[in-house]
Amino acid sequence: MSKPKVAVYKFSSCDGCQLSILNMEDELLDLADAVEIAFFLEATRRVLPGPYDIGLVEGSITTPHEAERIREIREQVRFLIALGTCATAGGIQALRNFTDVADLAHTVYEHPEYLHVLETSTPVAEHVKVDLELWGCPVNKYQVLECVSALLQNRTPFLPTHSVCLDCKRRGTVCVMVANGTLCLGPATRTGCGALCPASGRGCYGCFGPAPGAEFATTARLLQGMEHFPGEAALLMRNISGYAPEFRSAVDMLLEGGKS
Amino acid sequence: MRQNIEVDALARVEGEGALYIRLKDGEIAEIQVNIYEPPRFFEGFLKDRYYQEVPDITARICGICPVAYQMSSVQALEAALSVQITPQMRLLRRLLYCAEYIESHALHIYMLQAPDLLGHDSALSLAAVAPDVVRQALRLKKIGNNLLRTIGGRSVHPVNTCVGGFYRWPDVQAIRSLIPELEWALEASKETVRFAAGLAYPEFEMDYEFVALTRPDEYAIYDGEILSSTGKKITPEEFEKSYIESHVQHSNALHSHTSDGNTYFVGPLARLNLNFEQLRPAARQAAEEAGITLPLRNPFKNLLARAVELVEVCDVAIELCRSYQPTGTSHAAIQLKNGEGAGVSEAPRGLLYHRYIVDEAGKIRFARITPPTAQNFAQMEADLWQFAPRVIDLPHEDATLACEHLVRSYDPCISCATHFLKLTIDR
Repeated sequence: MSKPKVAVYKFSSCDGCQLSILNMEDELLDLADAVEIAFFLEATRRVLPGPYDIGLVEGSITTPHEAERIREIREQVRFLIALGTCATAGGIQALRNFTDVADLAHTVYEHPEYLHVLETSTPVAEHVKVDLELWGCPVNKYQVLECVSALLQNRTPFLPTHSVCLDCKRRGTVCVMVANGTLCLGPATRTGCGALCPASGRGCYGCFGPAPGAEFATTARLLQGMEHFPGEAALLMRNISGYAPEFRSAVDMLLEGGKS
Repeated sequence: MRQNIEVDALARVEGEGALYIRLKDGEIAEIQVNIYEPPRFFEGFLKDRYYQEVPDITARICGICPVAYQMSSVQALEAALSVQITPQMRLLRRLLYCAEYIESHALHIYMLQAPDLLGHDSALSLAAVAPDVVRQALRLKKIGNNLLRTIGGRSVHPVNTCVGGFYRWPDVQAIRSLIPELEWALEASKETVRFAAGLAYPEFEMDYEFVALTRPDEYAIYDGEILSSTGKKITPEEFEKSYIESHVQHSNALHSHTSDGNTYFVGPLARLNLNFEQLRPAARQAAEEAGITLPLRNPFKNLLARAVELVEVCDVAIELCRSYQPTGTSHAAIQLKNGEGAGVSEAPRGLLYHRYIVDEAGKIRFARITPPTAQNFAQMEADLWQFAPRVIDLPHEDATLACEHLVRSYDPCISCATHFLKLTIDR
């Protein structure tokens, strides 16, 4: 049997998720043995023609060209994985979705006429069918490995969806909210990072996106009640994963002063 | 026959760029390092955020050098807020920066640039014929990443840096336990210098103006004054008066020139040429044993400079791990006030400048970020004008590869460069 062909693509992003693949120092050579790395510009000039069995897509869609390119890629790829919070929620670039980009471009650039950008930064799934979403800013490299392994073994990948709070309990990290009154998005944020921020004595800022089934409105109101700076809770939720629908509507509720 | 060189997607660089060399009547008529990486509006996003959010947001400019973005931004904000960090905090920041250098330099030397010099498409194909070289590279990279993780929680977008210091002191035992691997890394780095000195670089020299941070007492990475090879030395606050940016049509990044209108060069070659005297004995000895004579004016030999720096940062990291003994609070108290401040550090690929204005509520009113690659773009194009005529008569694939290699030798971080945009929003 020939090896499955893997393609890695970049859209609007910082390269951090692709680097997470290259950071698999112990596994990279075995991985390159198990699959055919057919397209991965950050790592190699060699490009093998499609179609590809697995496509890993880093980044969000922010230009007309990218919107076109993701559709072409979808045609080429059998199983498409959105890699990281830019690809799953529009990422930090989606902060533009809450402002007027036309305005921004005209005031930010000397020559805005040179630019070709979309009004919004959107997740891959708003453009094409996505087979699997892997959250994180950056993604956890072991989750990437788990997904590729699962596909090779024809099984469903094991990707837990509980909140960061549970990870703190498992690590034995004292709750930064309860002990220090620190704002923490852990109760509403998906597991995957290993609860790094509370372990560093600070609050979670939500880079793994919303945890399915979490109490978003309750968390938002709780955080608002703990603010040290006015508007801090809304800013915390409207950051790297701010365009994810759950965080978006929780912030809308706060900004409207509503009691939904 | 001479042909246009058109590389629609540069490989083994961070971000998306293209390279076009177009001929007219057999002569080179146009050269573009074309940046089609989409524009990213970071300076705009920073406005109206609180100061303590800045290092987490600016880290997202670059997944390869997030520490550099964190270090320049916290220094700029500490200047704006008149915050003094303790010597211990500064040492830990230097150690964190060493970790990023180990990771980034090992990646670039072995996985991004060396394949060009060894006739390979990638480190993966290189691994088939020289597995030990690639395994050594991966182990070095891993040591850098482990140190990043021990201090910052994770290697890409670490979480422990804050304005005023660190959220938490890393565990002393965890830091000490990294020393044996770092000792291995120091030896592997010396071997890397020998490896790098033995490579056959294309012959090409330019009379560059080099610009890098400098300090009298150490090889400047984390902080310092800005020195040019013309002899001009300025403080970080004076940067924008001496180094000017402009927006050109074929690029979503700005291009930089000196106030005299010259292109200039930032990165490993600039640092090594300007600061060789400040290297510690281990790195200096490694360079001398490898027969490196300064100044190096061949951009391809950025790799060689990176190798020497790898020795330096491993050596520094060992000392800092040994002496690490935190006491007291890990971060200084912040008093909010109106203020403006600049911060400069040396990202692995060159000088990185940040400037912020904060208001009395602690919110960012203005942000300006000048990444290294944006400063190098004009120089890369100037290089290509000199270099391309020498290779244009080679077989087309060889000519293309040679020009691509020149761009790659700068370790361009194209993702970073695309949000290097003026922000003049005032609402």
